[in-house]
Amino acid sequence: MKYAVTFAEKHGGEEQSTLARQMARTKRRAKLQALALIAPLMLFLVVVLVLPIGTLLARGFDNGDAAALLPRTAEALSAWNGQDAPHEELFAALAGDLKEAAREDVAVLAKQLNYHDAGMRSMFLKLARKVRTAEAPYAPSFIEVNEDWSSPRYWRALQQVMPSVTDFYILSALDLMRDENGDIASVPPSTAVNLEVLARTFTVSASVTVMCLLLGYPLAALIARSRGTAANVLIVLVLLPFWTSLLVRTSAWVVLLQSRGVVNNVLAWLGMIDPEAPLDLIYNRVGVVIAMTHILLPFMILPIYSVMKGIPPVYMRAAASLGARPLSSFFRVYLPMTMPGVSAGCLLVFILALGYYITPALVGGPRDQMISYFIAYYANQVTNWGMAAALSIILLVAVLVLYVIYNRLVGIQRLRIG
Amino acid sequence: MNERFISFEAVRKSYDGANYVVRGLDLDVAEGEFLTLLGPSGSGKTTTLMMLAGFEEPTHGSISLGGARIDSVPAYDRNIGMVFQNYALFPHMTVGENVAFPLKMRGVSKSQISERVSSALDMVRMAGFESRRPSQLSGGQQQRIALARALVFEPRLVLMDEPLGALDKQLREHMQIEIKHLHERLGINVVYVTHDQSEALTMSDRVGVFSDGVLQQIATPHELYEKPANIFVAGFVGENNVVPGEVVDIDAGLCRVRTPDGSVISAVAGEHVRKPARVVVVVRPERIVLAREGDEAANRFAGKLEEVIYHGDHVRLRLNLLGSEGLQVKLAASAITAPFSLGATIHVGWRPQDCRALIQS
Repeated sequence: MKYAVTFAEKHGGEEQSTLARQMARTKRRAKLQALALIAPLMLFLVVVLVLPIGTLLARGFDNGDAAALLPRTAEALSAWNGQDAPHEELFAALAGDLKEAAREDVAVLAKQLNYHDAGMRSMFLKLARKVRTAEAPYAPSFIEVNEDWSSPRYWRALQQVMPSVTDFYILSALDLMRDENGDIASVPPSTAVNLEVLARTFTVSASVTVMCLLLGYPLAALIARSRGTAANVLIVLVLLPFWTSLLVRTSAWVVLLQSRGVVNNVLAWLGMIDPEAPLDLIYNRVGVVIAMTHILLPFMILPIYSVMKGIPPVYMRAAASLGARPLSSFFRVYLPMTMPGVSAGCLLVFILALGYYITPALVGGPRDQMISYFIAYYANQVTNWGMAAALSIILLVAVLVLYVIYNRLVGIQRLRIG
Repeated sequence: MNERFISFEAVRKSYDGANYVVRGLDLDVAEGEFLTLLGPSGSGKTTTLMMLAGFEEPTHGSISLGGARIDSVPAYDRNIGMVFQNYALFPHMTVGENVAFPLKMRGVSKSQISERVSSALDMVRMAGFESRRPSQLSGGQQQRIALARALVFEPRLVLMDEPLGALDKQLREHMQIEIKHLHERLGINVVYVTHDQSEALTMSDRVGVFSDGVLQQIATPHELYEKPANIFVAGFVGENNVVPGEVVDIDAGLCRVRTPDGSVISAVAGEHVRKPARVVVVVRPERIVLAREGDEAANRFAGKLEEVIYHGDHVRLRLNLLGSEGLQVKLAASAITAPFSLGATIHVGWRPQDCRALIQS
């Protein structure tokens, strides 16, 4: 555009506008061409990534359509203050709705009500059956099913499922809930599990990251220093695990680590442990960390190696010539220069570890299951999509927060992978 | 003054156990001397420097510094400053931190460090650059910082490994003078490695010429240029015309050499030249002058003019003379009065003391 302006100064407005128009047209065409070239990829990403993940995440806030199923109840509940004893109007509204509602829809609603008040499912189904034949006044038939219908308890649960959007799942995922006044409060300690799972997920991921760094850094340095065949062989050995199925590798650890496994047998044969009291190496935290470290190690080694490869040995010579002993030249010169690789490797391993599912499920105990296990549990076993989505949202947010912190501390442009 | 401040004794170095990169080096360097190791790549000059720095160990022989053997002293204990070809400034440190690094390693107190860092930066005229990153500096500025870093801890000896190799010609010449002045002012020892012979002549007290792992000659720039010890030195340092021939007569340091076309040249006899021997006569293009017909001089010949190249301050002629097709003559532009015509016969001559007969190896 700068050219167009200077051109205009010489040749007057008429020609300038023509030229500017021509240039704008050329630029637009180039932009469209570029867009057309990436359009297939964009489409692919939207269809396989953005849409499915977006719909799943939306489920974390989706409260179903109870208000459409029970329109009269919804209206009556909105007039109710949530504190008073329920009056006949409420009973009549719910009874009228239940008489008209399809059985399958009532079953779904009963299951959803159960999340808010455990045990409510079968009671609500029974009520629905009973009410179909009941006549006004309805209150006695409700109380006959469960006398708590005369208190606000179940009505409050109904009130919770009425809005189409809810924060119930997200709050539950963080061990929080809405109390009688609608304020956010902690759930009773007996049902609080999710925060512990979240903390466990972070602890396991952090331990695996530290182990990978401690094992991977020296190995990366060794590969970076090796030449020719030796370097190639080492690289292949690092990559070898990539070419084996995750399941096979994890199962191999079961063979090695079990109480009559290879490791315990060897230790017993060496006389280092009592054969009658083998070490507990599997179905606990130790097994999870060992197996995950093994599987994630390449993701630590490769970025560190690629950074080390780019550091000429002259820097270490310079440090020595300036009087730095090997240790201080390592800590003051080499380590800082490899930091982009170290932080990339740590970020990569940590984020991958956060979402690990198969390995902890196979070699961990019940107290070593991480957040992914519970996402799978809610999605596959109890079909509570709301909780599965809420836990996924928490995991995603945790990764994003990490990413932002990393960007603040190191700068994402310094990230070097592969 | 210690005449044997640095001393190499029968030093040999082999990387593969079969071939020697440095074979039998004996070299003494006096205190305060600026010594340049000159040679083509693979001649062993850099290996020699690396052994002195402590990055390579000699396979045989010993190296001593200030009277003490240092072959088994690790590099970080040698207290030798070093400037590398690509500067090797630590990219994750600022300029100030880079220069402070050797002082920090020596446990110098904080207040002293900042004082010495700023005086070192002053010395290389880079004051005020403390907080910059090396990547923000030009090549010449980075080289000054590297110099400051190598000098700030006041080493007795500074090694420089082709430090100006990455700079453009003008800056290189400027830095040569600056390094020379720094050396004169600080009175330290400098061992400098380069493959650029003009750099070696400009800066050094003495120059050692390496070829094939052997120190061919070590001498002052003047002696190296005027009295090359062998054909390699004669060809590597400056330009030389080379005319082969046979010694027919030798007397009081002067010899007469018959060329294949039957002419006879009077020349200074180099080492080991006796009668009869196959020799080459070397004469520098700028020592050849135009002779007038009828001039009686010791070395006076006529040849056909093949080419004239104008260089501004001088003119180069290529003559077909003494059986050699490419005899180069370099004339000051001011010495030329009439235009040359190609193919004409030109008379040239030079004094016997301006050419040397060297043994053909």
